[in-house]
Amino acid sequence: MIERPMSENRGAVVMDEPERTREGSSDAGVAPEAGADAVLQESAKLAEVTRERRRQVKKDADAETVFELKDVAVTYGGSYAVQGVSMSIRKNEITALIGPSGCGKTTVLRCLNRTNDLIQGAKVHGQVLYHDIDLYGPKVEPVEVRRRIGMVFQKPNPFPKSIYDNVAFGPRVGGFKGNMDELVERSLRRAALWDEVKRDLKASAMALSGGQQQRLCIARCIAVEPDVILMDEPCSALDPVSTLRIEELMDELVSEYTIIIVTHNMQQAARVSDRTGFFTVAEGQDEKDHRIGILVEYDLTPTVFTNPSDPRTEAYVTGRFG
Amino acid sequence: MSTLRTQKDASTTPPVSLTSRRGWWHRTRDGAFRGAVTGSVLVGLAVLVALIVQSLVEGWPKLNWNLITSFPSSFPEKAGIQSAIFGTFWMVGIVLVVAIPIGVGAAIYMEQFADTEAWYNRFIDVIIQNLAAVPSIVYGILGLAFLARGFLNLGPVVLTAGLTLSFLVLPVVIIASREALRAVPSSILDGALALGATRWQGVSRQVLPAAIPGIATGSILAVSRAIGEAAPLLLLGALQFITFNPTGLNSSFTALPIQIFNWVSRPNVGFHVAAAAAIIVLLCITLLMNAVAIWLRNRFQQTW
Amino acid sequence: MAAVTTERPVSRPLQGLESGRRRYREKIIVGSLFLCAALSIVLTVGIVLALLIPSLEFFGQVSPVEFFTGTEWAPLFKNSQFGVLPLLGGTLVVTLIAAAICLPLGLLAAIYLSEYAARRTRSFVKPILEILAGIPTVVYGFFALTFITPLLRENWLFGTPPGVFNALSAGLVMGIMILPTVASISEDAMYAVPQSLRAGAAALGATKYEISTRVVVPAGLSGIIAAFVLGISRAVGETMIVLIAAGGMPNLTFNPVEAMQTMTAFIGAAGLGDQATGSIGYKTIFAVGISLFVMTLIMNIISIRLVRKYREVYD
Repeated sequence: MIERPMSENRGAVVMDEPERTREGSSDAGVAPEAGADAVLQESAKLAEVTRERRRQVKKDADAETVFELKDVAVTYGGSYAVQGVSMSIRKNEITALIGPSGCGKTTVLRCLNRTNDLIQGAKVHGQVLYHDIDLYGPKVEPVEVRRRIGMVFQKPNPFPKSIYDNVAFGPRVGGFKGNMDELVERSLRRAALWDEVKRDLKASAMALSGGQQQRLCIARCIAVEPDVILMDEPCSALDPVSTLRIEELMDELVSEYTIIIVTHNMQQAARVSDRTGFFTVAEGQDEKDHRIGILVEYDLTPTVFTNPSDPRTEAYVTGRFG
Repeated sequence: MSTLRTQKDASTTPPVSLTSRRGWWHRTRDGAFRGAVTGSVLVGLAVLVALIVQSLVEGWPKLNWNLITSFPSSFPEKAGIQSAIFGTFWMVGIVLVVAIPIGVGAAIYMEQFADTEAWYNRFIDVIIQNLAAVPSIVYGILGLAFLARGFLNLGPVVLTAGLTLSFLVLPVVIIASREALRAVPSSILDGALALGATRWQGVSRQVLPAAIPGIATGSILAVSRAIGEAAPLLLLGALQFITFNPTGLNSSFTALPIQIFNWVSRPNVGFHVAAAAAIIVLLCITLLMNAVAIWLRNRFQQTW
Repeated sequence: MAAVTTERPVSRPLQGLESGRRRYREKIIVGSLFLCAALSIVLTVGIVLALLIPSLEFFGQVSPVEFFTGTEWAPLFKNSQFGVLPLLGGTLVVTLIAAAICLPLGLLAAIYLSEYAARRTRSFVKPILEILAGIPTVVYGFFALTFITPLLRENWLFGTPPGVFNALSAGLVMGIMILPTVASISEDAMYAVPQSLRAGAAALGATKYEISTRVVVPAGLSGIIAAFVLGISRAVGETMIVLIAAGGMPNLTFNPVEAMQTMTAFIGAAGLGDQATGSIGYKTIFAVGISLFVMTLIMNIISIRLVRKYREVYD
């Protein structure tokens, strides 16, 4: 597994233009072998074409809204982490949340399936509507929310069990009564992992490569038949080849699911997403001079990257601001 | 150094030396300190070896099958430890049933469910650490006051001793299990929760299984400690002449360390031989358990 | 990549986020887990009550002044004396001897394990040292009585040799018994010292001795003191070694070659005598017990606080 250290310094990622070729995106300095490189470029081009087509269609369609965030703010132990976020997320689209470190993009993502509840002292303000239901309503059960809104984490976190058990865990706790073998196979197929693991489903998930582990986590997530998949920097710990496979996978999954991805990699946002929300850090917004995350701009991805309306967005996407 | 020496002819400055510029005093001091730290470990190891050899030498004449099959006797050459071994097994059984599940349950609560900021949980945290350091004889007093006499008035029976030892090792089990649970990364629980598992489902089906090797290691060490404890049993009145195996929770009993103490404290040196032989048996049991615990820890330790 | 064409099953209704079917089961489970943890409070309260009630009765019959200042301890004789000082003195002497062994050796062993030992050496030396901590105390008592005492008696160089029962032998063996505890907690504290501090000192040309004594030990000091305090607390509370090797005579002396009785040994010995419940002899167990408990409690709390302190600094 290739571990890429997360650069805290966003300026280290050189960015001049949003439209880039595949070579430019393998910014980790991990040089793929010559053969793989050609394949990479080829499939990247293909993927670009399909995505472009999909975006064209989406632009006009008045898609159904899945999430409606109204003036959402999150506090940790009383101090604000992110403030004033309003956005609506559409069905069967990939929405990317980008921005510098500490801008609250992950915090916002965690609001959407009530994972913030697990952090002591965290409190969500404002309204998060999911299909017009207030997710933070008094009677809403976080466990039920998470069954419909799955999540894939930054670092692959398979359970230290067999591949099969990893996929079967979610359905089992959810009381799934049908044919488990079939469900496991279907989920692994949809996560494009089946061919690699079908020979030994009893093998330990810990023995898989990082990229395979992450696809297993996606398969695991799909197995509970969620409505939405949240992805928190799913490729930050992966090599470029694995990253590409995950991106292709997202592109296929979006026809059935709504995907929201947090990424620190702007090329990735540009490549895969339909809409992009740009977050940044505002200094000293409260009396204690805390740094608070705010949503600067939220629009169709091509607009954000080529014709942003806010100078801060422009500075960020052109690499002038880290 | 050879490259440095070649500079000699080229310059008038003295050659650079990378050997120590410090005097003999520094070198002696460093060497002596190294000797001292190594020696301190060797002292411990030497005592361990001496202790085992001494028991073997003293107990060798009596180390035979009769020792294990015979019951205590007034004649040292006839005396055996069968009732003591059975008494010890009974107490281990009670500890396994009482201390391990309660200890693991408490550890799960403290690590996975407790609000660590709440004052009562912080209080419990300190209480558990303190209980682990309370002298074992004080647990004997607890057992004496509430179980053997006083409140329950059960007398010096298997149940009294088993419960007292369970209380004694409970904090040990809790602390070891907490460490094992803490070693499981939180991303495992996060992953389970994100799949719609309840917290208990995530903990019981993912976190707990991943922590089992560590919990087992700690539990074995705790049981091993219970096997070797004598002081609290003395207070409960367990030092008796028992020539039968326990028949139930309500039965009188003796235990290995108690039997050893009994023989050691007799003036007749013949009993010292019997004590040494019984010590070898006791050491075999506890050392074996320690070895299993260490093996378990190394074999199943998951690197995350 | 395999084409994904599998039909997606009918989407579940989006309503019903309010389902609470798992709530009650979960609450019951968490409640019982809490009860497991709360048992530690019950135990603590139980210990305090078990000690306090008979002790109060005891001090109703014997004045605390006599108890804490009397120099003669003979509670079970006809002409009973209740001065706890001989027992306190015995505990003090044995503890001092044990501390003189386990504190320096424990600290040095910790430095060896944390700074000097190679990874592989450490991986088998540490478990072996831990075995020392796992040996039953009655075995240590036997070892003191049948090995250390004869050794001392045969090779004694100054004045009267030790008796068959003596505090010295018990204290020495107890020191070895506690060594792994002191070593292990001290090593934890040293392990928590950031590597960067060591590297910084090494870059200034410090030798391993200087790094150990001037950087690592001072930085881990609160944890090391915690280890010392806990080690002493264990020495104060140890019963079997002193009961077997130090004799059963209360003896107010500081001569370590004499036999003496500690507080724990008295409690153990009194337990052997099968005192009638409610008799003054029975109540002395609790009076001595509560004194012992308070002493160790204070030391344990100090130790717990110190450990917490170093964890806060480096975590």
